[in-house]
Amino acid sequence: MSKNLSKRHRSEKRFIAYGFISLILAATMLATIIGSMIYRSIPAYTNYSIDLEINMTEISAEDEFEDINFRGIIRSSLFSFFPEVESRSDKRKLFKLISSSASYTLRDFIIENPSYINKKFYFNVLFTDDSDLFYKGYVDTSLSESERRLDDQEVTWLNELKSTGRVKNKISKNLFLNGDSREPEVAGFWGATIGSLITITVTLLLSFPIGVLTAIYLENFAVKNRITDFIEVNINNLAAVPSIIFGLLGLAVFINFFGMPRSIPLVGGFVLSLMTLPTIIIATRSSLQSIPPSIREAALAMGASEMQVVFQHLLPSALPGIFTGTIIGLARAFGESAPLLLIGMVAFIVDIPATFTDPATALPVQIYIWADSPERAFVAKTSAATLILIGLLILINLAAVLLRKRYEVKW
Amino acid sequence: MWRIDINTDLLISLSLIIVSGLLSFTLAKQRAVFYLRNNEPLRSMPIYHGLYVSLWSTLLPIFLIILLLFFKDSYLNYLVIPFLSEETIDLGIDEILYVKSFLINNISSLSTLISSGFISEGDANLLVEKYRESRVVSFSSLVLLSIILGFVSYKKLSVRYDARRRVEGILKFIFFVFSTIAVLTTVGIIFSLIFETLRFFSQVGFFDFVFGTHWSPQTAIREDQVGSSGSFGAIPLFTGTLLITAVAMSIAAPLGLYSAIFLSQYAKPKTRDFLKPILEILAGIPTVVYGFFAALTVGPFVRSCGEYIGLTVATESALAAGLVMGVMIIPYVSSLSDDVMTAVPLSLRDGSLALGATKAETVKKVIIPAALPGIVSALLLAISRAIGETMIVVMAAGLAANLTANPLSAVTTVTVQIVTLLVGDQEFDSAKTLAAFALGLMLFVITLALNVFAMIIVRRYRERYE
Amino acid sequence: MKLNGDLIMDEQKEQNNIRNKKSLIECRGVDVFYGDKQALFGINLDIGEKEVTSLIGPSGCGKSTFLRCINRMNDVIEICKVEGTIKIDNEDIYHPNVDVVELRSRIGMVFQKPNPFPKSVYDNVAYGPKLHGRILHKDDLDAKVEKSLERAGLWSEVKDRLGEPGTSLSGGQQQRLCIARAIAIDPSIILMDEPCSALDPIATAKIEELIDELKDNFTITIVTHSMQQAARVSQRTAFFHLGKLIEVGDTEKIFRSPDHEQTEAYVTGRYG
Repeated sequence: MSKNLSKRHRSEKRFIAYGFISLILAATMLATIIGSMIYRSIPAYTNYSIDLEINMTEISAEDEFEDINFRGIIRSSLFSFFPEVESRSDKRKLFKLISSSASYTLRDFIIENPSYINKKFYFNVLFTDDSDLFYKGYVDTSLSESERRLDDQEVTWLNELKSTGRVKNKISKNLFLNGDSREPEVAGFWGATIGSLITITVTLLLSFPIGVLTAIYLENFAVKNRITDFIEVNINNLAAVPSIIFGLLGLAVFINFFGMPRSIPLVGGFVLSLMTLPTIIIATRSSLQSIPPSIREAALAMGASEMQVVFQHLLPSALPGIFTGTIIGLARAFGESAPLLLIGMVAFIVDIPATFTDPATALPVQIYIWADSPERAFVAKTSAATLILIGLLILINLAAVLLRKRYEVKW
Repeated sequence: MWRIDINTDLLISLSLIIVSGLLSFTLAKQRAVFYLRNNEPLRSMPIYHGLYVSLWSTLLPIFLIILLLFFKDSYLNYLVIPFLSEETIDLGIDEILYVKSFLINNISSLSTLISSGFISEGDANLLVEKYRESRVVSFSSLVLLSIILGFVSYKKLSVRYDARRRVEGILKFIFFVFSTIAVLTTVGIIFSLIFETLRFFSQVGFFDFVFGTHWSPQTAIREDQVGSSGSFGAIPLFTGTLLITAVAMSIAAPLGLYSAIFLSQYAKPKTRDFLKPILEILAGIPTVVYGFFAALTVGPFVRSCGEYIGLTVATESALAAGLVMGVMIIPYVSSLSDDVMTAVPLSLRDGSLALGATKAETVKKVIIPAALPGIVSALLLAISRAIGETMIVVMAAGLAANLTANPLSAVTTVTVQIVTLLVGDQEFDSAKTLAAFALGLMLFVITLALNVFAMIIVRRYRERYE
Repeated sequence: MKLNGDLIMDEQKEQNNIRNKKSLIECRGVDVFYGDKQALFGINLDIGEKEVTSLIGPSGCGKSTFLRCINRMNDVIEICKVEGTIKIDNEDIYHPNVDVVELRSRIGMVFQKPNPFPKSVYDNVAYGPKLHGRILHKDDLDAKVEKSLERAGLWSEVKDRLGEPGTSLSGGQQQRLCIARAIAIDPSIILMDEPCSALDPIATAKIEELIDELKDNFTITIVTHSMQQAARVSQRTAFFHLGKLIEVGDTEKIFRSPDHEQTEAYVTGRYG
């Protein structure tokens, strides 16, 4: 008997261990994912740049602004570091070390500060992504030249530039404030973030009223017959339909049948609201159901009509649960990308969107786009973007949890 | 008539309708207050009088405006096409969209339109005028409608009129319409999927699709061989989906179940409060992040592990994608199983413990069998989720339609192909784009069947204890 | 002047000597706490071997709590703390070396609401024996199941339905199934927590009959809120009130001429 007993106890210890190990494995996976994203995103937060001596003294006030050769100005400033470089192909190679956006940045600077137009001054210019990665130590000089992106000559030039003391490493404003760009050093996720926010606003404005009112109707006013049963079954099924199907629906109905334009947050919002609707309906219904019938009976007994009972008594008590469910549904929509791919919000958008009908992309989609890019520097940016996405989602979910804790009514 | 810009006319008419609504509201409400002050037997509160009139004067016109906006593009098609030259029409839909977007965004870009030769200057101006006029006419008539409706409903009101009941009736009707949107969505999904799928099957044979083993949509178009060579055979897609799902479930099922058992039966409240959020965070990570992680880290890692042992592993192996998908699904299995196990009555647990069983034996022999329908249902729902997952496989699994059961090779899935076929260059009628809908229909049907089946299992076996 | 607790002990010792009955379960100074709230205060009670002892008292006075201490089912409740000594067969069951699982395999428990497992009738009864590994052959197991069901007075009603779920039986049958299930593990003690409160009078009568038969082989402790039941079924009765043991003695004496005023008030129905 006791042998049997100790065997049984050992079996239990193993059982508990399996459970605990499973959880530890899950936690480890989570830590690995987040940790790997953090680690890989480090190069994205700073950009290397160089202070170039800009000489605009030769430009007189009568010259047309349009004719100023900003590119040439930058070139000559750069070449002044290397007077020995003479051939055209070498010069081109040298110029490629700094960002191709440099001349535009200078131009924008002069537009905002026209007093600099015939002065000599220092101007900070970004390096291109390959140079930037080199300075951060991601170029393995022990490999043969054909296996890396920078050949020995470029490496020498970069080292020389560094020794002049004019090379700086600054926090990357571009990452946080710019829209997308072909050049990794300039690309940022602000455009995608705004696009996401606009899309989620549309989603909220549509799905919240429709969802809550549908749930109220089904719960309080609808006659319990086969039609309402059917509607309920429908809602529960919709909640479990893969998100990509909603993308197909959006494509077929909104874009093709109604002819709405692609790539705009309005259509994205329509599609996502159809997806979020079942979640809000279900959350509202369960909030309403958790209110004890005595509240309803008391209100009716005082002569309130059905609708007054619902809106003046039941709804206020159900609101915390409704808000929590809505926030959770919106959080899910915020992280969705598959349906948006199908309706075209996957275009290359440089400008920051400002209205519901400006072409835009969403943050998760931006991550998808960048993940596909071959440039090494985009890896860091993509990782940074995932961290921002996760961070925003954590904020949204925290808001839901706090809301629930603060306003939850326990019957 | 002075010129009104194209989008401001919408704003103006909407504002006018809203103003008319507010005006009628105030008028009706004030009159009701007046009755009240004169001690006349007012049946409904004044606010209901106001609501009655304003709802009547605003709802229908606003609904019609929304309808107009939805069909604006079809109308533009109808307007524009007669004006375009034959060659332009043959170029296809994109050009028409081009012209339309210029119309919508106004005259400034018209010059570009004219210079590109799609349309002559005189015609262009004519078009713009026609469009403007039709908008002004329709919007003004709607504003007029709003005023008329307001007037008529104001007349209908009287002291004894049961405005409250009427208003509640209108509101109930609106709520009813809202609740049909959910149904309309399902109907819309099924309808559009079936419609496009049928069009697909008119180009590619049904049996070629469902039973064909060769999937290469690209070559079909190039060689102009749509449908004949069986290059839309979907079987490799089904097997790919199943393979990745199998890998995912082999991770998610045991880890998820054991986590649920530990959390619900063994963990102390403090441990539970700490560990449960971890699972919730795992559930909240967007799938695109999982996909990125799979492509960037897991794929190469699995491959180098394989090479270390001496096996050839693709970078985009089903194993890598399945592993990450499995991790994503763990919270699903865990939380659903946790719920069903907690729902088993405590009396059963007590009964088993009192007979001298260990906790583990109680869980294994009493609680899990009692919760089994719920657990099976949870697993079915998890499988359904895995089958429908898109981003992880798009980023981490391959595009190569491989018919294999080897998790170390690269496969493609139904969802990956749907995305690939639709993102990119598209003519909407080609067999490629239609194939995506056919795949979508199969996906919808299968996930629906799994979900319904899961629901039936739970319902049928719930009678077990009361 | 001796404290009430000691008085009771002395009384019980005296009674035992007179009856010539051995005490199987001996409780000394048992205090039970639910968090900060104390539910039982210094219980000193002896339970005699192979007889029926009933625990009576108004609701909420701690009878069930006390019962659950005997097979340490209170361990399952996080916030419950048990102090004092409980000895079964002269062994302290709360000693750290005691294997709770083994302890419970020697004690059977029947709950207020019948709780058969959602398994077949056969599997319900066979559950315990199979677990404890005492019976290895299928034939022996079949015999065990049959014997237990017979002793529970259920065999004739279910012998053709052994494969059907235990939950398909009527309320009274389910409770007898639970009794059969408890008997099957060959316990020396059977604890019953208001076993008839969820049953109709006919089923109740059947179970009371059963208890009477079982007492020849098992030590039975039954919690009941029905004094009539206690009077019908038990030989010894202990009266609890607000967590304290007020009086314990022969059932007849407790109901006819109790020593304590409170006991008298309760049994004559003045309160409770």
